[in-house]
Amino acid sequence: MLRDQDRIFTNLYGFHDWRLAGARARGDWDGTKALIEKGRDAIIKEVQDSGLRGRGGAGFPTGLKWSFMPKEVGERPHYLVVNADEGEPGTCKDRDLMRHDPHKLIEGCLIASYAMGAHACYIYIRGEFVQEALNLEHAIAEAREAGLIGPNACGTGWDFECYVHRGAGAYICGEETALINSLEGKKGQPRLKPPFPAGVGLYGCPTTVNNVESIAVVPTILRRGGAWFAGLGRPKNSGTKVFCISGHVNKPCNVEEEMGIPLKELIEKHAGGVRGGWDNLLAVIPGGSSVPVLDKAVSDTVLMDFDSLREVGSGLGTAAVMVMDKSTDLIKVIARLSRFYMHESCGQCTPCREGTGWLWRVMERMARGEASVEEIDMLFDVTKQIEGHTICALGDAAAWPVQGLIRRFRPVMEARILERNRAAAGAAA
Amino acid sequence: MSAAAHQDFEQPATFAFTDEYLAQAKVIIAKYPAGRQRSATLPLLDLAQRQEGWVSKAAMDHIADMLEIPPMRVYEVATFYTMYKLAPVGKHHIEVCTNVACMLRGSDAIVSACSEHLGIGVGETTKDGQFSLAEAECLGACVNAPMIQIGDHYYEDLDKDSMKAIIDALKRGEAPKPGPQNGRHASEPAGGPTTLTTLGSKPVGEG
Amino acid sequence: MPKLTIDGIEIEVEPGTTILQAAERLGIEIPRFCYHERLSIAGNCRMCLVEVQPGPPKPAASCAMPVAEGMTVKTNSPMALKARKGVMEFLLINHPLDCPICDQGGECDLQDQAIAFGADKSRYAEAKRAVTDKYLGPLVKTEMTRCIHCTRCIRFATEVAGVPELGATGRGEHMEVTNYVEHALHSELSGNIVDLCPVGALTNKPYSFHARPWELKKTESIDVFDAVGSNIRIDSRGPQVMRVLPRVNDDVNEEWISDKTRQAVDGLLYRRLDTPYVRGADGKLKPATWNEAFKAIADRIQGVPGSRMAAIAGDLADCESMMALKDLMTAFGSTNLDCRQDGMKVDPAIRASYLFNSTIAGIEEADALLIVGANPRWEAAVLNARIRKRWLAGGFKVALVGQAVDLTYGYEHLGTNPQTLQEVVDGSHPFAAVLKDAKRPMIIVGSGALMRDDGDVVLGACWKIAQATGMVADGWNGFNVLHTAASRVGGLDLGFVPGEGGRDTRAIVEGAAKGEIDVVWLLGADEIAGERLGKAFVVYQGHHGDRGAHRADVILPGAAYTEKNATWVNTEGRVQRGRLAVFPPGEAREDWTILRAFSDVVGKTLPYNSLAQLRDRLTAANPVFGAVDRVVPAEWRAFGIDGVMNTSKAFALPIENFYMTDAISRASRTMAECTDVYINGNDQKKTGTHD
Repeated sequence: MLRDQDRIFTNLYGFHDWRLAGARARGDWDGTKALIEKGRDAIIKEVQDSGLRGRGGAGFPTGLKWSFMPKEVGERPHYLVVNADEGEPGTCKDRDLMRHDPHKLIEGCLIASYAMGAHACYIYIRGEFVQEALNLEHAIAEAREAGLIGPNACGTGWDFECYVHRGAGAYICGEETALINSLEGKKGQPRLKPPFPAGVGLYGCPTTVNNVESIAVVPTILRRGGAWFAGLGRPKNSGTKVFCISGHVNKPCNVEEEMGIPLKELIEKHAGGVRGGWDNLLAVIPGGSSVPVLDKAVSDTVLMDFDSLREVGSGLGTAAVMVMDKSTDLIKVIARLSRFYMHESCGQCTPCREGTGWLWRVMERMARGEASVEEIDMLFDVTKQIEGHTICALGDAAAWPVQGLIRRFRPVMEARILERNRAAAGAAA
Repeated sequence: MSAAAHQDFEQPATFAFTDEYLAQAKVIIAKYPAGRQRSATLPLLDLAQRQEGWVSKAAMDHIADMLEIPPMRVYEVATFYTMYKLAPVGKHHIEVCTNVACMLRGSDAIVSACSEHLGIGVGETTKDGQFSLAEAECLGACVNAPMIQIGDHYYEDLDKDSMKAIIDALKRGEAPKPGPQNGRHASEPAGGPTTLTTLGSKPVGEG
Repeated sequence: MPKLTIDGIEIEVEPGTTILQAAERLGIEIPRFCYHERLSIAGNCRMCLVEVQPGPPKPAASCAMPVAEGMTVKTNSPMALKARKGVMEFLLINHPLDCPICDQGGECDLQDQAIAFGADKSRYAEAKRAVTDKYLGPLVKTEMTRCIHCTRCIRFATEVAGVPELGATGRGEHMEVTNYVEHALHSELSGNIVDLCPVGALTNKPYSFHARPWELKKTESIDVFDAVGSNIRIDSRGPQVMRVLPRVNDDVNEEWISDKTRQAVDGLLYRRLDTPYVRGADGKLKPATWNEAFKAIADRIQGVPGSRMAAIAGDLADCESMMALKDLMTAFGSTNLDCRQDGMKVDPAIRASYLFNSTIAGIEEADALLIVGANPRWEAAVLNARIRKRWLAGGFKVALVGQAVDLTYGYEHLGTNPQTLQEVVDGSHPFAAVLKDAKRPMIIVGSGALMRDDGDVVLGACWKIAQATGMVADGWNGFNVLHTAASRVGGLDLGFVPGEGGRDTRAIVEGAAKGEIDVVWLLGADEIAGERLGKAFVVYQGHHGDRGAHRADVILPGAAYTEKNATWVNTEGRVQRGRLAVFPPGEAREDWTILRAFSDVVGKTLPYNSLAQLRDRLTAANPVFGAVDRVVPAEWRAFGIDGVMNTSKAFALPIENFYMTDAISRASRTMAECTDVYINGNDQKKTGTHD
């Protein structure tokens, strides 16, 4: 288990003062100037050495992403945009980081912006997080008042402004190009790529979009060294991670743990175990709603990191662990997720606009057993016609939970159908 | 959303921000680079909704005018994002998260508790205009499920009784305390954290 | 230049080319719905997915993906075919499949591509979506359940038309293409969204349920409702023109036409002159035979000297009939001819003084523009879209002297008065420097600026501006006159203007009023106030019972532009041929044949027996008539008059109502409805049974 002194988010639960004084007491804003004075290349290298992979779900190496920004600032200014549009079902970690540790994020914004040549950062926070946005804005004002950001931030000579921009209720804005469009005052419809944001992003300028957690861990990584972070977890799956454990556990919670912690250990140590005991476990969605569901057999042994979960046909995603015990109607759960993706599809491209509704309607019938067994294959095929055919990854995210259900729980679906058909036949006779 | 002409409630003919909201709007517009004032579309719609309780077509037109963009671009935005209410809702608009994390921990019971206690169904408003009820997609407080949002606040770790107690408090004109309703502080495991116990600093007990 | 392989064929293309464009060069057609080469790339329909290597193991949208060195593209691999089939299925699941009652049937991209790429049956067993129809005005009918959300119409309205009134509201499967407010689309180009719509969601409202495409005869022709000379296709069934569509001509109209061009054709059905008329002793017009009509004219002109005869050609007149009429008048010894009903003052002897010299496509090369006394949006709607296109590309300063109107692009309004123009001439106005600093400056002088009493001074002032700002140099001529009449440049080119000692339009009218002119031949001239012609004997030759015919003593029924093989010259000086799509009604005849027949009757037989011979005569009159479809650059010389402009009179615009500018559009019920909606402002959706 991760030692407390290796935990980055020491006020995760908000037991302590989240304001500047409290943050400083926890070590934030300590020697920030020196960190910045290491220089751009050194900062980016340190982040690359840490092995940090994006904490928003896709797991793209953060330092590598930063290195895509133009080296020199030309006529177009550079922007850092923080993706605080936390909305992946099961996920509630960034909320805690913003309401309880906002200064870690703001300090990270300054350092990352400096490293990428950005003088302005926009934190795009989901509209429903009103209190979290207020805390952030308060913290920004404090930091500005203290000269930590603003003109000549931390005495480094670098001018830096940080703004909070509130969303208005659209899961798709968690997709980075949809987020940029939304920040520009448009509908949150993902853009075609290429061009990528590092070339043409916010207002057509070079832009990097990073998740809250990815940015908030940066100051600690720089203070303690990339090697420290890389030494936690496994190669290419390093560092600490805030896990969100929800559903049928005795004590749902957020917890910062070491990457690669076994799923079972995570649940039992921190979340009080599965309701009714481990053997009462039916299934786990290990990384937010978009990743395929795991059955108990896999859950027994799987490690919680990017590569382990990919090897078992799922993913770490946002590390939001949704636990389901044997009382769960899993088909209904997946149908509910299908409804979610239908509701959140931006409508722009055909497979997602039309396909997500199709999936949901068939899934609802599957949940009632009002289907034929052959339709399971058709359903699978429809998910395959959405997956990989859309502008953004929402189509994939809609497809995978259904695919996971069919792959791992097909007998449950078939049984439901047969049961329903028998009952219908009985009623008819 | 269907076009404004199809709506069965009255659209006000005009809209203008009050001085207070106008001042806020100006602060918001100033956050964005010159010529990029369109970025303020979302926050200004939010301000209009805070002022009026919902977003009327007149408000959209006014914002389009303020930001010098075609009204259609504002209609698109207002109909795209779910937080904008394009028709009047109750003074206390209860949004119950029914996505999976909440569903697994009994959000159906929360919906029915609201429904029974208020005598309205999902999508309806009480006759006195005080309460309206809606289902929401994941609100991002999953380890404190089930939960709801009313206005700017989350109410978490709910059960039928605490849900009804919140409604009763609102009926009495009180402001129920947001956050977990079962004694938890925030997202730590119930009964106390399993981590961050060895750092020595004393909690200040503030969330 | 990147080299890539598409379906095994190697090709080298410009950097930035998309895969779809590169494939098109090889003749490989990739199916698409949302992609349109004249609109921005949306990439939303996903029909154009192809397999690309190297890259992620999923297909890429070829319309949006730029080519890269060493790329291998497969447009027909199992991956591509499967993706395409999937997209097709998704597009159809919520489509009503109501082809038998859909006007798009037979010319529907969705129908065609479903046959080519789709499955034979649907696997979709759920309820289909129904979408409320939208009101977009009198020209575009909606059936929004059929919409496949390609957003072509939205992009056209926003980008090309410059009227950002269309959008997509809502999201996911509830996304709807709409204007949200249920009022008519405020564009003179709105009908183009019908052509762009790949399905039957947007159809031609006046034409709805009137015909099927396979019943129609298609005739390639030229539009005459303005002086742009838009290339059109006339679709007819039997004796009736059913609809007009644009043809692609990148030099003229790209692939757009104005709403008047498209929708005024129902005017061809009403108020037609289908038999000759002669005014009787009782003062009433009575149907007559051709012989009776000719005889009545011959009797009246017997002994009238040429100097007391005159002819005015109207705005729709074709070159052949103007040539024949000019030759006839010459035979009578008359030099009282004019093709300028509005009296606009250009120098007929100097072609550069009356042409849109830069050419329409040349607008895209200009970098500064001064508009004088014109509203291009109404006077040449398609040309105005070209100006907007240039403006959107950036680095293009536009200024206007004249009435300020919404041109769909930004411009600096310098003033409404010739005084401002004088300042530009003097160089004292800052915009003079803008023009001077520009590499390819341009001026557009409207007919409104030239039809004033001081029009020749205005012309001279504009010439001075062109001279002073270097508008004419190095293969560039930025001096442009924007005409509104289809007949105008052709008439000037063939010399339908006052000859030696001859009278112009105003002098003809004044002469008729004073009794100095005894006979006036109006060739489709409907803009001449009949009551001002005094006691003159008026022959009206034309196709509609409009203003000219009401005053006539003899009516000779001619052919409308859809009913004759004839030549028009557009504002650029481009000679183009219209073609007969349907026959003139009743006794009406192609106009030059009427004149040829009459010349026999009066013993002044015109020396041509065929259209070919008449066209030779035209070329003899002016060699430009031999250069069909081309623009012959005009020699630059001094023109206009050096004088003082009337600064007490602001520039006025020539068109009061875009939708009714001539005899055909005034007879059109559709244009009457447009007038009610757009000019009278009744643009909200009507309730009850009106729509």
